[in-house]
Amino acid sequence: MAIEHVDLAVQPGELLALLGPSGSGKTTFLRLIAGLEAPTAGRILFGEEDATRLAVRDRRVGFVFQHYALFRHLTVAENIAYGLRVRPRRTRPRDKEIRQRVADLLDLVQLRGLDKRHPAQLSGGQRQRVALARALAVEPRVLLLDEPFGALDAKVRRDLRRWLREVHDRTGHTTLFVTHDQEEALELADRVAIFNRGAVEQVGTPDDVLDRPATAFVAGFVGEAVRLPVDAAGSWIRIGPHQVRTPEENVAGPAELFVRPRDLVIARPGADAIPARVICVRRSGTSRRAELSLSDDLPTVEIELADGRTVRRGDVLPVVLATVRLFTSR
Amino acid sequence: MRWMLVALAVGFLALFLVLPLLAVFSEALRRGVDAFLAAFTEPDTQAAIGLTLLVAAIAVPLNLVFGVAAAWAVAKFEFAGKSLLVTLIDLPFSVSPVVSGLVYVLLFGAKGLLGPLMDDWQFKIIFAVPGIVLATIFVTFPFIARELIPLMQEQGTAEEEAALTLGASGWRTFLTVTLPNVRWALLYGVLLCNARAMGEFGAVSVVSGHIRGLTNTMPLHVEILYNEYNFVAAFAVASLLAGLALVTLGAKSILEWRYGDSLARVHRH
Amino acid sequence: MSDAALSGWLPRVRKPSALPGFGLTLGFAVSYLSLIVLIPLAVLVARAGELGLDGIWRVATTPRVLAALEVSFFISAAAAAVNAVFGVIVAWVLVRYDFSGKRLLDAAVDLPFALPTAVAGIALAALYAENGWIGSLFAPWGIKIAFTPLGILVALIFIGLPFVVRTVQPVLQDFDREVEEASATLGATRRQTVFRVVLPGLTPALLTGVALAFARAVGEYGSVIFIAGNMPFISEIAPLLIVTKLEEFDYAGAAAIATVMLAISFLTLLAINGLQAFSRRRFGHA
Repeated sequence: MAIEHVDLAVQPGELLALLGPSGSGKTTFLRLIAGLEAPTAGRILFGEEDATRLAVRDRRVGFVFQHYALFRHLTVAENIAYGLRVRPRRTRPRDKEIRQRVADLLDLVQLRGLDKRHPAQLSGGQRQRVALARALAVEPRVLLLDEPFGALDAKVRRDLRRWLREVHDRTGHTTLFVTHDQEEALELADRVAIFNRGAVEQVGTPDDVLDRPATAFVAGFVGEAVRLPVDAAGSWIRIGPHQVRTPEENVAGPAELFVRPRDLVIARPGADAIPARVICVRRSGTSRRAELSLSDDLPTVEIELADGRTVRRGDVLPVVLATVRLFTSR
Repeated sequence: MRWMLVALAVGFLALFLVLPLLAVFSEALRRGVDAFLAAFTEPDTQAAIGLTLLVAAIAVPLNLVFGVAAAWAVAKFEFAGKSLLVTLIDLPFSVSPVVSGLVYVLLFGAKGLLGPLMDDWQFKIIFAVPGIVLATIFVTFPFIARELIPLMQEQGTAEEEAALTLGASGWRTFLTVTLPNVRWALLYGVLLCNARAMGEFGAVSVVSGHIRGLTNTMPLHVEILYNEYNFVAAFAVASLLAGLALVTLGAKSILEWRYGDSLARVHRH
Repeated sequence: MSDAALSGWLPRVRKPSALPGFGLTLGFAVSYLSLIVLIPLAVLVARAGELGLDGIWRVATTPRVLAALEVSFFISAAAAAVNAVFGVIVAWVLVRYDFSGKRLLDAAVDLPFALPTAVAGIALAALYAENGWIGSLFAPWGIKIAFTPLGILVALIFIGLPFVVRTVQPVLQDFDREVEEASATLGATRRQTVFRVVLPGLTPALLTGVALAFARAVGEYGSVIFIAGNMPFISEIAPLLIVTKLEEFDYAGAAAIATVMLAISFLTLLAINGLQAFSRRRFGHA
């Protein structure tokens, strides 16, 4: 995947998520920082130091690979100690110090007692933690994680996610992690960089990208938005046969309206209410949702239902747009 | 049906594989243990054993270095012409052993392309040890590379990249990460390479000149003894080679049973 | 060659990677391959080329050479056919049945790979000679095996067996049992399932194995010459004729026969590659 014109400043100590669909260049970007790929143009700075031409081994990055890349012939302890043992004699810690560091890291990743095991004898979650401990052992300037929870099942994912946040807060490493799971990125990260087609669409806090998407792509990618083709004209937009007032006045002509379940509210029939026909009602996790048709030639949208509200298939509900996310069509 | 098929398979294998092996040892011991052992006191026989060991000791390490280098380049990098290279590495397997010897005769023989040059330098390749070594390298060329390439391709580059990010040098990465991961496959390749190097007949026969005590390897010596109707000695030397084959098969089987997971999944010979 | 020296032209043909040593290892591998294999083979073809195509044709069609090529070609084909049948049976037994001594049998299949050909040659000659263990059983009926084309057939069966077994075995191992069960639920008898479902699935691997066995047999020398009798026009194989030409210092003649044999093995190799490509496209495995 080629990436172009990515200008990203990472704050010391922050936890930054690189979020995007597969093939959007986020992993390539991570590998560029690590020096596993070489840029054809551009620079990579660690603080003031230009690391663009620095060899991988001299960058002191901690890289956690998607499938962990543990050394299968070495034990857990030997894996963690590897980065210290390969140092030149001058800078290599003494054996005793290495053992102590390994023990500390095993405590940190809660794997004490498993130091003699081989990677093949560990569960996925345990391997993940060994990989993290191994990366932390070299005291990296930046910690890079490629889809750190990608290969784990849902329950382990959630536990590890919380745990990673704790480890980060305790150790204070500047951390970048790649994910395609927006829930993961939004829950875990201080800031999120949204990647699309080899470029960064927006960098911001989870609230920023959720509530104030900078581009149509971000509005569509984050949250579960349905994209409706509309016509905008100053303070009005036309959605199919319906006309609705909008506070967004800078968009005119063919446009895209992004509608999330919470953007719609059931209102009294009146001025701005759109009559929407209920297609079906279903549960989604703990909430209840109705699928609505605003017009036959538009994609259906979803609305979240309050507890106790009974709605049946075929009902017509008056709905209004509580939030308007509108972008000019490209 | 089941027992019929098993019986058929066992019978066929016994007839075509086991019986010849038994025949070697039976013929070697036909005149008793003393006659068998006497064959090995012959200076020419001892010279043949020595030459075979020498040739294998040169050919196997060279092909080992080649195999590792080729596997590193092919398995760890993407480049144009890679599949052509892999095909060419297998080339010696599809060439008749006699032709494998012939090419060196055409190159270095008295009437060969570089023959006059060799004459000027007073350096004999054909009908001398260097030719035997060259022919042996040729026929055993692909063994180690073809064990390593598929395995190292399967293993990918993630572990090497991890070692680099942890500060290891390229050489260190190779020694501490790549090599341990392929050690059993390497041993497997070396075993097969060595068995063929010590047992090669056709290619070596063409370049050797059959000079007793000088350019006779064990298989060639077997032929000479056999053609002189010295059957006991011929089969005695042959039994040594058969023993080597059995040891190779045994070690190979042990590797497959115990370390099957760390060998390449696809084998073709 | 150092990485730095190569980096000028490499980026165009090589995907960049952080791993070191590409220039060094590829440079060494290609140089070694060229010196040991490619240049000598090129010299062979060039030497034969001195005769011109019609010269090669003339050598190849002299009665004795033609006879030797025919012997090599037809007996190799016959041996490959025998191995096709028994190779599948052996592979089937090794994969599908459990019995004591199976592992030993499995290991024994590789014996022809491991046993030096000269050893196999004299052993087979001793076994199938008129006074040998097996030859003496046939002698009363006037059937001679050693020192006749039948002897060559025996040697080539010996040499080729593992090729068939070892290509069929893994495919049979991976063969989806559910497909057979599906066939049974659809009302097929066991025999119908085997002949209509299993064997057709094995065909590409079997053809590949047979082609490999054939290619090996055409070039085989050591195990054959002891048992063949080496009578011109009857039991003389093409590789032996190359040796004879060499002993007569007829380098060009030897190179011509060798070139014809190379052509045969390349055509076989090409057929194998085509088969495997076809099988991968059609069935998803080689």
